[in-house]
Amino acid sequence: MALDKIISITGTAVHLPGADIDTDRIIPARYLKCVTFDDLADKHFYDVRHDPEGNATGHPLDDPRFKGASIMLSGPNFGCGSSREHAPQAIYRSGFRAIIAESYAEIFFGNSTTLGMPCLSASREDIEVLGAAIEQAPATAVTIDLKAMTVTFGATTFAITMPESARQALTAGRWDPIQELLDSEERIRAVGKTLPYV
Amino acid sequence: MGKTLYQKIWDAHTVGSLGDGRTQLFIGTHLIHEVTSPQAFGMIRDLGLQVKYPHRTFATVDHIVPTVDQNAPADPLAAEMMDALRRNADDFGVTYFDLSSGKQGIVHVVGPEQGITQPGTTIACGDSHTATHGAFGAIAFGIGTTQVRDVLATQTIAMESLKVRLIKVDGQLKPGVYAKDVALDIIRRLGANGGIGYAYEYGGSTFDNFSMEERMTVCNMSIEGGARCGYVNPDEKTFAFLKGRPYAPGEVEWDAAVERWQSFASDPDAAYDDLIEIDAADIEPTVTWGVSPDQGISISETIPDPAEAGSEALRASYQEALDYMQLPGGTPIKGVKIDVAFIGSCTNGRLRDFREAAHFLKGHRVAPGVKAIAVPGSQITAVQCEQEGLDRIFEEAGFEWRAAGCSMCLAMNPDKLVGDQVCASSSNRNFKGRQGSPIGRTLLMSPVMVCAAAVKGEVADAREVFEVDGSDSAAA
Repeated sequence: MALDKIISITGTAVHLPGADIDTDRIIPARYLKCVTFDDLADKHFYDVRHDPEGNATGHPLDDPRFKGASIMLSGPNFGCGSSREHAPQAIYRSGFRAIIAESYAEIFFGNSTTLGMPCLSASREDIEVLGAAIEQAPATAVTIDLKAMTVTFGATTFAITMPESARQALTAGRWDPIQELLDSEERIRAVGKTLPYV
Repeated sequence: MGKTLYQKIWDAHTVGSLGDGRTQLFIGTHLIHEVTSPQAFGMIRDLGLQVKYPHRTFATVDHIVPTVDQNAPADPLAAEMMDALRRNADDFGVTYFDLSSGKQGIVHVVGPEQGITQPGTTIACGDSHTATHGAFGAIAFGIGTTQVRDVLATQTIAMESLKVRLIKVDGQLKPGVYAKDVALDIIRRLGANGGIGYAYEYGGSTFDNFSMEERMTVCNMSIEGGARCGYVNPDEKTFAFLKGRPYAPGEVEWDAAVERWQSFASDPDAAYDDLIEIDAADIEPTVTWGVSPDQGISISETIPDPAEAGSEALRASYQEALDYMQLPGGTPIKGVKIDVAFIGSCTNGRLRDFREAAHFLKGHRVAPGVKAIAVPGSQITAVQCEQEGLDRIFEEAGFEWRAAGCSMCLAMNPDKLVGDQVCASSSNRNFKGRQGSPIGRTLLMSPVMVCAAAVKGEVADAREVFEVDGSDSAAA
């Protein structure tokens, strides 16, 4: 099960400003009524993209200028709240391949990494500069480099951060750990024997 | 230098290093429910894998269960989820506390109730409120569905170790102040993201004196403060709670189990990465006014005025919250009209919560126009409440007494807000749309404060409504 080495991502971006954007907002609970993740595309942020009658609210995600964006920009504590993997799945299945935000809730971060969708952290100022740039020129190509740990657009480059373990897992193509976990069957059994179960 | 409980459990459950900072960690106990497990079973089927240690996984159904009549015909999607859990449990030999078992309930109520939740172990579940089980001196945390797959297939996950912050609360809580207020107060102080990167150890005399249910309430909301897990060191209360429960060690193994559990408690000279000290007497009945659990104030305070926020970022976030909540900044939270009152959830849906609420509610009536529901956290909790006559107290006061489930905490079942209704809620999240209406509004508070709001039809100080003077508590 060879995984892609995720080293660089280039695409256009869309900015969703705000703090503490929780996973209920990313994917409302009613869309969790499913036994697969197959139908989550375009359900992301549904209730902020639509009014209660189902009419589009003119959200940036529906702005034709940002159609096809594959990089999402946001604020601090992105993905907080519920552990639902449906949230990063919905974002990924709607075409996104990376997120740049000030910080992330841990479960969301882990779920995204395991999907091969990097969550990079950047300063509020840098995100605002990038947000302003894409507002001016939505077709701006944004490149995330996971080796150099930079974001580049036009003539501008800024630094991004990510826990080293996640960076290594992504760039080495080890972001889905299942095979590595399976490989230590003997050691798992040995540890399990020392741990009583109910 | 001694070790914390976190470090001891982490070390005992370490299978090995994955070489990049991540550890392969053994999961002692795995809990599953209908929402986040079907995809994981699908993945192991696709990969041709088995559930490696089926006796370490326990299942129940909670999120989608209707609470008026648990056996009412489910909608087709809910029925499909219910069927999938049944089939997965059967196919892979997993114990399933289903609706007909008499043991079904919210997974975080069922685990402790059955004695499955035990000290000194790692507990994982595809649910962020798994932190609840930390009340027993376990390292308990929520995981995503792909990690549920990993636990099913290998009983391990890849994870990075956390730092440990000791949150020490000392002294006596004032009358009318509850564990829920302690949780909301901590989150208010440290912020919704204050716990990122940390496990929380809750200590101090306030936690020593707390019942297991109160410890569960605070540990439950660790995630609302950004901490993936929170725990209390195991003590005599922990052991007394567990003794005699179906999955707890029996008489023969009991003493050895207690000795082992005690050995996991943090050493007196353990080093912590951070320390927060709180005087219990400073904590007031707390109510949230916004759309993040850290947007809380004491009942006597006024809703923050964005104009007085310390930074532009804070001003914007206050304004966004107030616009959604349709509340004016600078005005008292007391007196905000409510439409719905909800007591229940994995935060406050246990026997002790209903006892305390019923104790004060008795003889009062829910205000006209307020829809009030009380939803026990498990079938066993329901029976216990009914044996004590608590259901009748709630019903006589004008509450509906429901059957066990997650109910109005998260809107995956018929219990939902309608339009922009305001709900006084004993649950854990006040996110936009959390309770099922995209414009519904949630005010988090303790169950007794929910009763006060239900009776007055508006946010009220339970100490005034019920003349709480400290001599008078169901739990005393």
